[in-house]
Amino acid sequence: MAGIIGYGAFIPRKRITAEEIARQWGKDPETIRKGLLLEEKSVPGIDEDTITISVEAGADAITRAGIDPSKIGALYIGSESHPYAVKPSGTIVIDALGIGPEVHVADFEFACKAGSEAMFVSLGLVESGRVEYAMGIGADTSQGAPDDALEFSASAGGAAFIFGKENLLVDVLETYSFTSDTPDFWRREGEFYPRHGGRFTGEPAYFKHVLSATRAILDKTGLKPSDFRFAVFHMPNGKFPQQAGKKLGFTQEQMETGWIVPTMGNTYSGSSPTGLAAILDVAEPDDLILMTSFGSGAGSDSFVFKATELLPGRQPLGRTVRSMLDGPKHYVTYGQYAKLRDKIIVNE
Amino acid sequence: MPSPRYWREVPSRLRLEAARCSGCGKVNYPPRPICPGCRGKESEPVTLSKTATIITSTVIHIAPDDFLFEAPYAIAIVETPEGARFMAQVVECDPSSVGPGMDVSLEFRLIRKEARSGILCYGFKAVPTASWEAQS
Ligand SMILES: [Zn+2]
Repeated sequence: MAGIIGYGAFIPRKRITAEEIARQWGKDPETIRKGLLLEEKSVPGIDEDTITISVEAGADAITRAGIDPSKIGALYIGSESHPYAVKPSGTIVIDALGIGPEVHVADFEFACKAGSEAMFVSLGLVESGRVEYAMGIGADTSQGAPDDALEFSASAGGAAFIFGKENLLVDVLETYSFTSDTPDFWRREGEFYPRHGGRFTGEPAYFKHVLSATRAILDKTGLKPSDFRFAVFHMPNGKFPQQAGKKLGFTQEQMETGWIVPTMGNTYSGSSPTGLAAILDVAEPDDLILMTSFGSGAGSDSFVFKATELLPGRQPLGRTVRSMLDGPKHYVTYGQYAKLRDKIIVNE
Repeated sequence: MPSPRYWREVPSRLRLEAARCSGCGKVNYPPRPICPGCRGKESEPVTLSKTATIITSTVIHIAPDDFLFEAPYAIAIVETPEGARFMAQVVECDPSSVGPGMDVSLEFRLIRKEARSGILCYGFKAVPTASWEAQS
């Protein structure tokens, strides 16, 4: 059996409130807070990107795994904000983490699902015996266009997971993927901001894929929602994952720990993986955990995890998601935010 | 900084790899072929801790072009528990609060971009530990 042997997460310390963004555009902050269930979101510093987030999360994953990083035979980073258009983020991340040069590296892209994709492939390579350890990372510093609904949610952060066959912290019991051609959200080559299909992003996209993947994995495993202690669904806003969970028969209590979007925002490829990291920070042996990601385009990956008796001892070896969400935050104004996010043009 | 130099410095910049002199025990960062302390040529590799203490610091108000958006910002000479000293930018704090004796952790960050189309240079910056713990 293969599973997770180490994990880590990283969330930048800067925040902007939904109220500050709403004020800028003359929108009603209460509509955003109550409608989308978003209070604030993380903002990357001018010196933070998918690569730096991956290195910080990956370093904690290595510490929690307690392995020699040079034994990691594959590293995949899922993101829609890779800093280079040509040159994989993973090349810098492996060198910074002391992995390689004997390592297979690739950058993945699938809107918000690229992180679970990296985890899925890492797991498969370890299960097949092709590599001893593999690291899958989901990280993003995503952008929403000014005055677009996405500006309230697009945030920064990510999580890293090392897969192996021995000394598992979390066993992977089952996986299931569900994909179709659904043009709900996209960004053409060379465009700065993504576009989305408005209401089209809900029913035929998010809900169809999340519900189908989750129902199928429950069917495949013979498990029912009440068997799980925790569940996390991709979090494009606060409302969607709650609605999806309830439709599937999960309770608020099961979803609460992984539902970190109200104060983190949507970290895209890092969204459900960081929610999973928040769950692993507190999970106890034998707890069953369900995770279903969603990426526009569109597809969902579902995983059923089971915590082992090794997990509690490793939890304190790295930063917890809660400590980064509730810890010191530096609130920025919309002007500072525009500067940090390259929305202001300067001469070279 | 031209790309070839950045590339040569990857082990020290990205992994904090240093060298402890076999002759006098001085930790040299980045590693050097000849120890500036005793002229010795033998050394063993050592990886620096990601914690340090500020020895001295200053605040940059008039920044070079690459750091225009970051001014005002603090830079400091920091010392790791291994005794290695180097210069690092101090971030995630009010620059005027930075001073000698402050404990910092070293975090992986983008250091600079080589103009609009050049390479991205990464490395470590210092984040005050106290402000992080006091509020958490
Ligand atoms: Zn010496």
